[in-house]
Amino acid sequence: MAVWTRIFTVVFLFLSFLDPAAMARAEEGPLKRARFLPQWSPQAQFAGYYVAFHKGVYKHHGIDLYIQNGGPGHSPREYLEKGKTDFATLWLATGIEMRAQGVPVVNMAQILQRSALMLVAKKARGIETVADIDGRKIGLWGAVFQVQPRAFFRKFNLQVTVVPQSRSVDLFLRDGVAVASAMWYNEYHTILSSGIDADELTTFFFHDYGLNYPEDGLYALEATWQEDPALCRAFARASLEGWRHAFDHPEEAVDIVMAEMERAHIPATRVHQRWMLDRMKDLMIPADDPDRAPGLLIPADYERVAQGLQALDLIDGIPDFSSFYQACPHD
Amino acid sequence: MINRRGLAFRLALFVLTSVTAVFLLIFGYSYKTSRDILIGQIEDSASNLAAATVNRIDTVLAAVEKIPQNLACFLETSDFTKSGLLDTLKAVVEDNDDIYGAAVAFEPDMFEPGVSRFAPYFYKSDGYVRYANLASDEYSYFHWDWYQIPRELGCPVWTEPYYDEGAGSIVMSTYSFPFHKTVGGERRLAGIVTADVSLSWLQSLVGAIRIRESGYGFLLSRNGTFVTHPLPRLVMNETIFTIAEARKNPELRRIGREMIQGKTGFVPYRSLFTGKEGWMAFAPLATNGWSLGVLFPRTELMAPVNSLNRTVIILGVMGFAVLIIVIVLVAGTVTKPLRGLAGAAAHIARGRLDAPLPPVRARDEVGELALSFRSMQVCLKKYIDDLTETTAAKERIESELRIAHDIQMGILPKTFPPFPDRREFDLFADLEPAREVGGDLYDFFFLDDRYLCFHVGDVSGKGVPASILMAVTKTLVKAKAAQGMEPHAILRSVNEELAVDNPSCLFVTLFLAVLDVASGSLRYTNGGHNPPVFITTGTPPGFLPGTDGMAMGIDEGFDYRSNEMVLKPGDLLFLYTDGVTEAMDAKKDFYTEDRLKETLSAARDLPVEDLVRSVKESVQEFAGQEPQADDMTMLAFRFRGAED
Repeated sequence: MAVWTRIFTVVFLFLSFLDPAAMARAEEGPLKRARFLPQWSPQAQFAGYYVAFHKGVYKHHGIDLYIQNGGPGHSPREYLEKGKTDFATLWLATGIEMRAQGVPVVNMAQILQRSALMLVAKKARGIETVADIDGRKIGLWGAVFQVQPRAFFRKFNLQVTVVPQSRSVDLFLRDGVAVASAMWYNEYHTILSSGIDADELTTFFFHDYGLNYPEDGLYALEATWQEDPALCRAFARASLEGWRHAFDHPEEAVDIVMAEMERAHIPATRVHQRWMLDRMKDLMIPADDPDRAPGLLIPADYERVAQGLQALDLIDGIPDFSSFYQACPHD
Repeated sequence: MINRRGLAFRLALFVLTSVTAVFLLIFGYSYKTSRDILIGQIEDSASNLAAATVNRIDTVLAAVEKIPQNLACFLETSDFTKSGLLDTLKAVVEDNDDIYGAAVAFEPDMFEPGVSRFAPYFYKSDGYVRYANLASDEYSYFHWDWYQIPRELGCPVWTEPYYDEGAGSIVMSTYSFPFHKTVGGERRLAGIVTADVSLSWLQSLVGAIRIRESGYGFLLSRNGTFVTHPLPRLVMNETIFTIAEARKNPELRRIGREMIQGKTGFVPYRSLFTGKEGWMAFAPLATNGWSLGVLFPRTELMAPVNSLNRTVIILGVMGFAVLIIVIVLVAGTVTKPLRGLAGAAAHIARGRLDAPLPPVRARDEVGELALSFRSMQVCLKKYIDDLTETTAAKERIESELRIAHDIQMGILPKTFPPFPDRREFDLFADLEPAREVGGDLYDFFFLDDRYLCFHVGDVSGKGVPASILMAVTKTLVKAKAAQGMEPHAILRSVNEELAVDNPSCLFVTLFLAVLDVASGSLRYTNGGHNPPVFITTGTPPGFLPGTDGMAMGIDEGFDYRSNEMVLKPGDLLFLYTDGVTEAMDAKKDFYTEDRLKETLSAARDLPVEDLVRSVKESVQEFAGQEPQADDMTMLAFRFRGAED
């Protein structure tokens, strides 16, 4: 906890120094209105933002934030592009892709430091090593979810049959595919919660195979950033503060998330949300990598993801890091 | 501790302890047996109920399965037009109350070449049957579970339950049945026929299961999701595994795995609803592999056994109380006379022999004891009376013995100096009797003016016989001596008298001497007596030579002889009985002749009376606390010589 607090303090001070006037404005002036779209429906993946909202952290930072409903039909890419929102969470790969494709987004804070995407297989079906995947049917989600798997297959020279994976893991549970995609904080636990024990599963975390493409980050259009950088920084700072509070008070955070899910009429399972929150903490503050801190975008990660996208011909050139990552004046 | 308590207490303690142990044993056995029997019955009825419910559900679901099957058969075997297909599909939804909606979803180009997707869907809404094409731009059905899973598996499936918001947020499940077409001689998947089933009837059916107050049924999907449960928040939100995780209950997870693996079982189970212990029977649905659990609450079902056990315990406690009362009463009636006897015994012990005894009511052991006690009291009384008489008699005898002693002592000369007017000698004698009446004797008397006779003797035995014989001997000696006989003649004569008619075989030892006081000539004879000590000037004390005489009263014709010697002035003779030399100390050692001679040697110059007293003190000092065993007689004689 001490490490976590120290890291947050560093980032907090760091962001404060960028704009010394921000705090003063936050407390004096009228609240600035802003909209925020999480990339999916309410769940503990976004606990920090809901906690910040409900604990008044955004207001404290001078923002009257409106959190929009995420989920199917609410693509953050589209919302940002069309100006239907001010801020959104995006995967790092999506952010680079958008910028490379001419949608100038900026990363205000890289939330996750480690990729949660993984492949899962049943040992009972004879899959224990990477090589055992060769020739199997594999469930993959669309678009950005396929970047790491395809790099993985190429890296290990695996010939597989790709089956589009739906939102449920039932196809995998019923052995319609031998290997399924999963987010560590979500589908993996869903599989465990369907009666399969962890020791019956073989897991392949992409970050273990040199394919750490960290996912969730906070994004805005460059225009938004240029118009009011103080607002953007305040939003990023308040969001990180929300996360810190969530990790310090996990049960309260889960309460808030559960209430949000109920409001959105989404089936909610408390232990699942608690698992998700705990894993978010693991992904934001990897215990075995003390150089990282939530909010920081490490250039090496940026390069790795951009090159991965380039290798799949999803982007032509790699956008300039310094203009992409606005919160970090490393140069 | 227990031994100090009363008999009634101990009786109650041991009897009640034993009875309690026996009762608990019987109770425990009865409880376990009745419990096992009941659990067996519960298991039977639970399994039967689960099986029956599963059957009912399967019957409905199997009927639903027939609809897509028949439709698929129709699609595979007939050439249909679009309108014909829609009419058929609509009729199917209209005619079947069990299904909410039905669809036929085609693979690309399988409805018509060039049509990449087509999925007509009829469903019930607000009492009407409405139409929709699932193949819109926003809804690509190919990747939905109801389509994808049967497509990939190549077999019909029931989907996991889901909420259908369009149908009013009811829980639905879809049965999907793949159908095929032969294209260019190759049998290919043509599409999926589906039937949507509302599960509200199923929820009602399982929800209607009630066992006593808190028993209930619940249904798990293949993934362990609660399809029905009395706790609404569990339904469609939680799986049995998330509950197990939340409650940190690995046993629940194990049970859940058995359930979704299609097993049948009967296990102990804590209700998620009431938190109470119970049992759960579970059985799988044959159609879709879901699992039905039926919960039997323990406390309610065990109520008859528990009630029985409560009654048994109450009866046991009451019996226990009755037993205590009975034991206390019985013990009381048994011990009351005993206590009376004990009290009487205490009185008797204090001397009240006529203390009243408790009345005897029963002829049992206690009654016998009381009778024995009474008889003992009588005997004791008689014995005490006898003893009183005997004691009186003994006291009389003792009184007479005292008189006899007085008489005996009276016949011994006790005036010293005996002859105050005679200067030729000093004489002193003393007899210390061991018992009231002794057998020692001494005497001295002048036969005439010139001859003095003196003797010391000892009668065997003690008491009255000895004293009588002593008196006889003394009298005889005096009588014979008076006739002027020589010492040995005196002894022979006395011996003859004593030996005749001596049935008791008593005998007498005697030393007798006759002294011519004028000349100092001494004639003496010894009948088996201790030799006297002779002390003359310039020599240590020594014994007078013996005369080889034996004790009198044994050999009637024994021939005694005398010795003669002349005493010089200052010579001392010390006569004594064996009471002196055989006096014993605490170690049973004798005083001995040697010790006597030492004492005499030290006291040789004392006056005769002091000399005797000195010896007596020496002997008494030697004996210490040891009682005197025999008469002790001493006679000291010092010759002074004739008067000038």
